[in-house]
Amino acid sequence: MATSRVNDFTIKIATVNGTGSASANTLLMKSIFRSGVPVMGKNFFPSNIQGLPTWYEIRVSRDGHVARSGKVEMMVALNPETYARDVREVASGGYLLYDCTWPRPALLSRSDITVLGVPLAQMCNEHFNGVRTRILMKNICYAGVLAALLSLDLERIRGLLAETYAKKPQLVESNMKAIQLGYEYARQHFACPLPISVEPMDRTAGHIMIDGNTAAALGCVFAGATVAAWYPITPSTSLMDAFKGFCERLRIDPETGARRFAFIQAEDELAAIGMVLGASWNGARSFTATSGPGISLMNEFLGLAYYAEVPAVVFDIQRVGPSTGMPTRTQQGDLMACAYASHGDTRHVCLYPANPEECFYMARDAFDLAERLQTPVLVLSDLDIGMNDWMCPDLEWDDAYRPDRGKVLGLDEILKLEKFQRYVDKDGDGIPYRTFPGVHPKAAYFTRGSGHTQFGTYTEDSADYQAVLDRLLRKWETIKQRVPRPLVDGAGGEIGIVSLGSGDSAIQEALAVLRGRGVAVDYLRVRAFPFGEEVERFLAAHRLLFVVEQNRDAQLRSLLTLETAVEKAKLRSLLHYSGLPVSSSFIVEGVLAEIERSAAHPRDIAHA
Amino acid sequence: MTFIAKPKVAHPSLPRNALGFTRRDYEGALSTLCAGCGHDSITAAIVEACWGLSLEPQNLVKLSGIGCSSKTTAYFVSGGHGFNAVHGRMPSIATGANAANRRLSYIGVSGDGDTLSIGLGQFCHAIRRNLDMLYLIENNGVYGLTKGQFSASADIGTRAKKGETNLQPPIDPVLLALDLGATFVARSFSGDKRQLVPLIEAGLRHRGFALIDVLSPCVTFNDHEGSTKSYAYTREHYERTVLADFVPREREITVEYAAGETREVTLHDGSRIVLRKLETDYDPTDRAAAAAKVQQRMGEGEHLTGLIYLDASGERPEFHQVSGTPEEPINSLPYEALSPGSKGLAKILDRYR
Repeated sequence: MATSRVNDFTIKIATVNGTGSASANTLLMKSIFRSGVPVMGKNFFPSNIQGLPTWYEIRVSRDGHVARSGKVEMMVALNPETYARDVREVASGGYLLYDCTWPRPALLSRSDITVLGVPLAQMCNEHFNGVRTRILMKNICYAGVLAALLSLDLERIRGLLAETYAKKPQLVESNMKAIQLGYEYARQHFACPLPISVEPMDRTAGHIMIDGNTAAALGCVFAGATVAAWYPITPSTSLMDAFKGFCERLRIDPETGARRFAFIQAEDELAAIGMVLGASWNGARSFTATSGPGISLMNEFLGLAYYAEVPAVVFDIQRVGPSTGMPTRTQQGDLMACAYASHGDTRHVCLYPANPEECFYMARDAFDLAERLQTPVLVLSDLDIGMNDWMCPDLEWDDAYRPDRGKVLGLDEILKLEKFQRYVDKDGDGIPYRTFPGVHPKAAYFTRGSGHTQFGTYTEDSADYQAVLDRLLRKWETIKQRVPRPLVDGAGGEIGIVSLGSGDSAIQEALAVLRGRGVAVDYLRVRAFPFGEEVERFLAAHRLLFVVEQNRDAQLRSLLTLETAVEKAKLRSLLHYSGLPVSSSFIVEGVLAEIERSAAHPRDIAHA
Repeated sequence: MTFIAKPKVAHPSLPRNALGFTRRDYEGALSTLCAGCGHDSITAAIVEACWGLSLEPQNLVKLSGIGCSSKTTAYFVSGGHGFNAVHGRMPSIATGANAANRRLSYIGVSGDGDTLSIGLGQFCHAIRRNLDMLYLIENNGVYGLTKGQFSASADIGTRAKKGETNLQPPIDPVLLALDLGATFVARSFSGDKRQLVPLIEAGLRHRGFALIDVLSPCVTFNDHEGSTKSYAYTREHYERTVLADFVPREREITVEYAAGETREVTLHDGSRIVLRKLETDYDPTDRAAAAAKVQQRMGEGEHLTGLIYLDASGERPEFHQVSGTPEEPINSLPYEALSPGSKGLAKILDRYR
């Protein structure tokens, strides 16, 4: 490697799932984070419990880039089954670390990389007893090797182990022994540290490492959600697990031991969304989390919630479709399915968090919006955000916050009414007033998905039916004013990128690279559906727009063409749908190639 | 079907309950069902039961799915909120609603199509959770709104109006409920108000899941000869096994029962059910025996009715006991009791450094 890559490189660790490598990988990532160096970890795991290939990518970036770079400088190849492709993936000038207990001369076929062999299995067999222990320790051992190669602080690692195994101190010693074995071996056999190494910085203060599902669950706790109903589905399950975990610590009545939350594992997603609607209709903040297949099943109830105006919060942690697809890989494939979920004229508020920090705040906003607007709010995260650890600024909470319950009439207001009318637009914003059961007989109304008048009674009269449907459209206009606004970076250029969600970090890095090369590119990140005026303005102001998204069918581009006045020909798609998170280099290359192409054929842009 | 508004005037001589309400105060919108529909009789029985229990109208939550039966929740207790869910998914709405506020009374009205076909899964899981609700099936063996297809409760050999004979075995909600551990299982007939009203009263007061399967003939599509759910067939093959008299907590037992034929069961709120056995060898607290008896009579083409099984011991925890939720409704907890605040957040974040 020609230039030093201190605090600027990617390690990829190839192992077999179910062998304890996750602990080693977290240990490595956290020890880098605690050195004050920005770091990101991405887990590419199989839909399987044990025995299939799994990879973990750690990006170390002194500049704070937390997307995949698209390059791997150090490959830890511990899975013979994937050796061939793992070796191929190492960047020229990079390193490959492998277990040389069984020498693999074929691995040395690449002359442009450095192969480092460590007899991990042999060392662990000599020092540990029991098959399972030996396998687990082999994986901790490579963390020791990397600690030496990358110059990681052993005391910091010991500290992390002590925290992890606070309840089982004997494990700290055995793990540390494995770390030491690897560490010593590397020090004796290789020139440590390598040019790719970690030097302490001070760039992680005020930050945490957290995954989006945990952050979203925290947001639900702080928003005051009390009823959580769901059916297990990867990659959303950890959101519900985290919510339950937080509530079991924070929501137990100290005197009675009662749990101030209801946590319901439903029989399926059809029931999960029904429970959310029932609870929400009855005055509790309620939510569910699911993924694509669950959204498909929830469609009918989502239509009822839209039409009967029942608040609901649904987290869609998107995974690869169609159908079962690849359940443990990431995608943004549910954009259309969520925006227009259900039959008939339906449309839904969607929020698009880009990272765990936004998952936290948007979870809170989702409840306020759902109750204020009396409609379902879908929060579209994805597996990359939801299940990977991201570095993000400390989450903050304003103690003055109180839930916005929207237009709910209490007993005093009901008593003053002559008559309660559920769907009458009293304020001209399209949002009617609602009441909760059990308050007063005068406030009772009938909630139904069948045709209803503005008074809530059954109807098959065209004019009465249309009056309600048209009022819902007026509400949609109000909604546009209230959803999170897009974020815009740069202005006045001719070329722009439009995107949403988890591609943000890769785009941020790509923008830096492009601007560094003199290519001026503006950027708008959509954060909610429906789109507002700012999106319209940005689209109108740019000559060429790249729509970056992680699906095959350009779903964001479709939504933009359907819902805004943008000229379709201006929109160029950069589509990444392999199931892995999009990398910055993919975007840089895509933008440059298109600019080059249109420079060669300038008429294309005007007349495409 | 009519669009005439129902007048809300009560004759001064109408009897009033403990709250000062007449039966008219428990009525709802005018029914749009066919004249003679069994469902309307059930609606009347619900009105009678709610009046008899002196229920605060706003404390009754009415839930239903889709179908003729599910329309009926609009026809009683207009002072209570109603939720007409999607087809077969009333139980999930009931579960969420009940989770949010355990203090209200929940009545779900469903049909045999809504419960035993599209909603079978949700029906089973509501029983499994022992959700505190009264689940009433208006069972007529036929799809009415779509004009006469067999439902999953149609008996083998029963004939459709157009002549087709059903060859598939029925799914019996009573047997299913017994098998799934329901604690209150009853069957009745829309034409037997004397039996049905106390069952509804008891079912509303029972803590946990109460099922009443009510045979409710469809006068338009399933009331002909050859149908096993017609008025004529039901009257002829209808067997009462245990009559249940409901006695609210505040009332004395005034009826005199012959020694040995009754058994008294006290509910969690102090109300009592007096079970009158019409067959001496029948034990309504023996689940296995109850199931065997139902099955035996079904085989003979008879409809066994009454309070078929009751477990008021409270040994089977209901949904909230399993969930460990507080006594007060969860929807009334103040925000301060739910959020850890900024200080709490700071402590939580330390675990992610």
